Amino acid sequence: MDLLNASITFLNFVFVPGLAYGAQLALGALGVTLIYGILRFSNFAHGDTMAFGTMVTIYATWGLQAAGITLGVLPTALLGLPVGIIATALLVLLTDVLIYKFYRKKKAVPTILVMVSLGVMFVMNGIVRLFIGVEEQDFSDGARFLISAGDFKKWTGLSEGLAIKSTQAITVIVAVIVVAWLFWFLQKTRTGKSMRAFSDNEDLALLSGINPDRVVQVTWIIAAALATIAGVLYGLDKSFKPFVYFQLLLPIFAAAIVGGLGNPLGAIAGGFVIAFSEVMVTYAWKKVLTYALPESMAPDSLVQLLTTDYKFAVSFTILILVLLVMPTGLFKGKSV
Amino acid sequence: MSRNLALFAGVALLFVLTGMFQSWNLSLSILNMALLSAIMAMGVNIQWGYAGLFNTGIMGFTALGGLAVVLVSSRPVPEGWAAGGWSIVLGLLLGAATIAAAVMASKRMKKGALRNLAVAIILVVGFLAYRAVLDPAVEAVEAFNPATFGNIGGLGLPSLIAWPVGALFAAAAAWAVGKVALGLRSDYLAIATLGIAEIVIQVLKNEDWLTRGVKNITQLPRPWPVPLEVDLQNSATFLGWAERFGADPVGLSTIFVKLLYAMLFALVLLFVIWMSERALHSPWGRMMRAIRDNEVAAAAMGKNVTKRHLQVFIIGCAIVGFAGAMMTSMENQMVPGTYNPLRYTFLIWVMVVVGGSGNNWGSVLGALLIGWLWLIVESLGPAVMGQITSVMSEGPLKAHLIDSAPHMRLLTLGVILLLVLRFNPRGLIPEK
Repeated sequence: MDLLNASITFLNFVFVPGLAYGAQLALGALGVTLIYGILRFSNFAHGDTMAFGTMVTIYATWGLQAAGITLGVLPTALLGLPVGIIATALLVLLTDVLIYKFYRKKKAVPTILVMVSLGVMFVMNGIVRLFIGVEEQDFSDGARFLISAGDFKKWTGLSEGLAIKSTQAITVIVAVIVVAWLFWFLQKTRTGKSMRAFSDNEDLALLSGINPDRVVQVTWIIAAALATIAGVLYGLDKSFKPFVYFQLLLPIFAAAIVGGLGNPLGAIAGGFVIAFSEVMVTYAWKKVLTYALPESMAPDSLVQLLTTDYKFAVSFTILILVLLVMPTGLFKGKSV
Repeated sequence: MSRNLALFAGVALLFVLTGMFQSWNLSLSILNMALLSAIMAMGVNIQWGYAGLFNTGIMGFTALGGLAVVLVSSRPVPEGWAAGGWSIVLGLLLGAATIAAAVMASKRMKKGALRNLAVAIILVVGFLAYRAVLDPAVEAVEAFNPATFGNIGGLGLPSLIAWPVGALFAAAAAWAVGKVALGLRSDYLAIATLGIAEIVIQVLKNEDWLTRGVKNITQLPRPWPVPLEVDLQNSATFLGWAERFGADPVGLSTIFVKLLYAMLFALVLLFVIWMSERALHSPWGRMMRAIRDNEVAAAAMGKNVTKRHLQVFIIGCAIVGFAGAMMTSMENQMVPGTYNPLRYTFLIWVMVVVGGSGNNWGSVLGALLIGWLWLIVESLGPAVMGQITSVMSEGPLKAHLIDSAPHMRLLTLGVILLLVLRFNPRGLIPEK
């Protein structure tokens, strides 16, 4: 039995990757949930919005790298990020004026808006593929590790190492800053308060003189920023591939629904619930158990509940369970 | 009425022009895919047009139809089956029994900690038993000659029997999804079906014992009455025909086979149209539209909205599964890697919306038109892009533009979908 090494292995292979992935999902789900709360539809184009923002950031990063500008140990993409956010915000504002506004004025039913967002998804997907192609792009630079497994072993003298990739650390730090800012914005500023009022009761908000167009615009800008940040962090941590971003829709929606659609706090909780379940169910526990259990009980098999190919099945199962048991989500969402 | 006929004639002209200026072979391949898409579009139209249900998992139900063809009509692998076929069946039954027991327990027992504990114990014990039975069996099956087999094989029955089985598979999956997601917010069904489709494809890609995964299953039999081209080229009667028309026997045989497929698919399509038109104009159809237009009023009149939604969802998915099985039969192979949500889910949606949701003939027209557009752009796109860029000097930009021509169709289809939704939301042939 060696509980210290067992917990280090757990931290290295389950907790740290799960934390970073959870932060990425939480940022994505926050965007979905904000759009749902204010505009009242599930935005199927969110995954491709993430891909678009990441693509612009990648181009900006390449430009900066070509000009010889880097951030040293930090990835250059952090400098390119504002460019990506601005471009994505402009694009979604344009789609709002050209497309969504018409249906909002008409008070179209949510399914029509979902279908419209499918069309937007097609267009964004086409733009991304047209510019950057379908291939995988790696755009991370700077230091690879905050703590590498080898160094950790040297410092502690343990047989298991704990590696923390710099992208994982950056993901968590950026996510904390963004979420803190978002909650401050929603709670303390006038615009944030009017957004919450609009989300709670549209008619009442209109009666008290809140400008709906402004609320909608601010929502789109924030959603675009969240989508771009989530996409860039995911791309730095793993890699950028347009189709993978489309597939991220499922865990992101699952996170938003599990937390309660329309509830920002829920989206964050949902993101971590989905991420940790995904990592824990698809992780082969053999190594951890070999350390944690007495020698006679050490497992022979991998002790892996599902292979990583079925990670979507995990988010799907959690989604189904939540729909069955508490359709409004862990935190009270908008409606059933 | 004459307008609709003109629209259909226009689409027919597109296929004729393709045949004259490109090749009849291409025109007929596009027609066959378009006819299959038309059947799928009918299934979606029943769900969306009749009942307002938003299904984003069409790809999954299509693939389930394909799975039925693999299990029913691929050649048997007796050694593979003997190695662990029955154990796999037992394992899957154990899995199903576990879920059923957990559902029973949570329904029958009183709310509280005891119930949660009981459900958790049932699930954990059931899962362990399921893995204990399934894992060794799967390993044994996949160990048998993995280069050619490594799967449990099929029953070796004719393809025509596999098609209704495909419908059954899709219907069973639809029942499970619908039972959970219907009756809640309309968006939830969209998200749940998106998920189930992704999982079905992952199962097909990864369960080698079932579909040989990414190693693909080939040489699936042709459905009756379609012969193999090689057999045609060796038959004296056929060579006699070819001589009479003065045609090349090889070319004629491929066209003959494609024509037979087209006729077979058209027959199925007409049958589906006839059935759904009958359903639409029956009291059942009026009830469905009443529910779609005002759920609250229909519920107040004593209609069980959730039950009717489940029913129509299952029927629509079964039709999609049937068409999916037909498609796998036509391609003679099962390639899980080719299932792509943009092609098999969202393209079908564009067909339904462009054609006219709620109108069966509209869906068929939309499928033929969009199906033609999708496949013709695939073959013409690079050539057109080459023309456009011919004035440019050689360089990476030109190469990139020519390479990216196939992606233009996503953009084009998105724009078409948005324009139709905005300016002509009732589609080319609107609902009466």
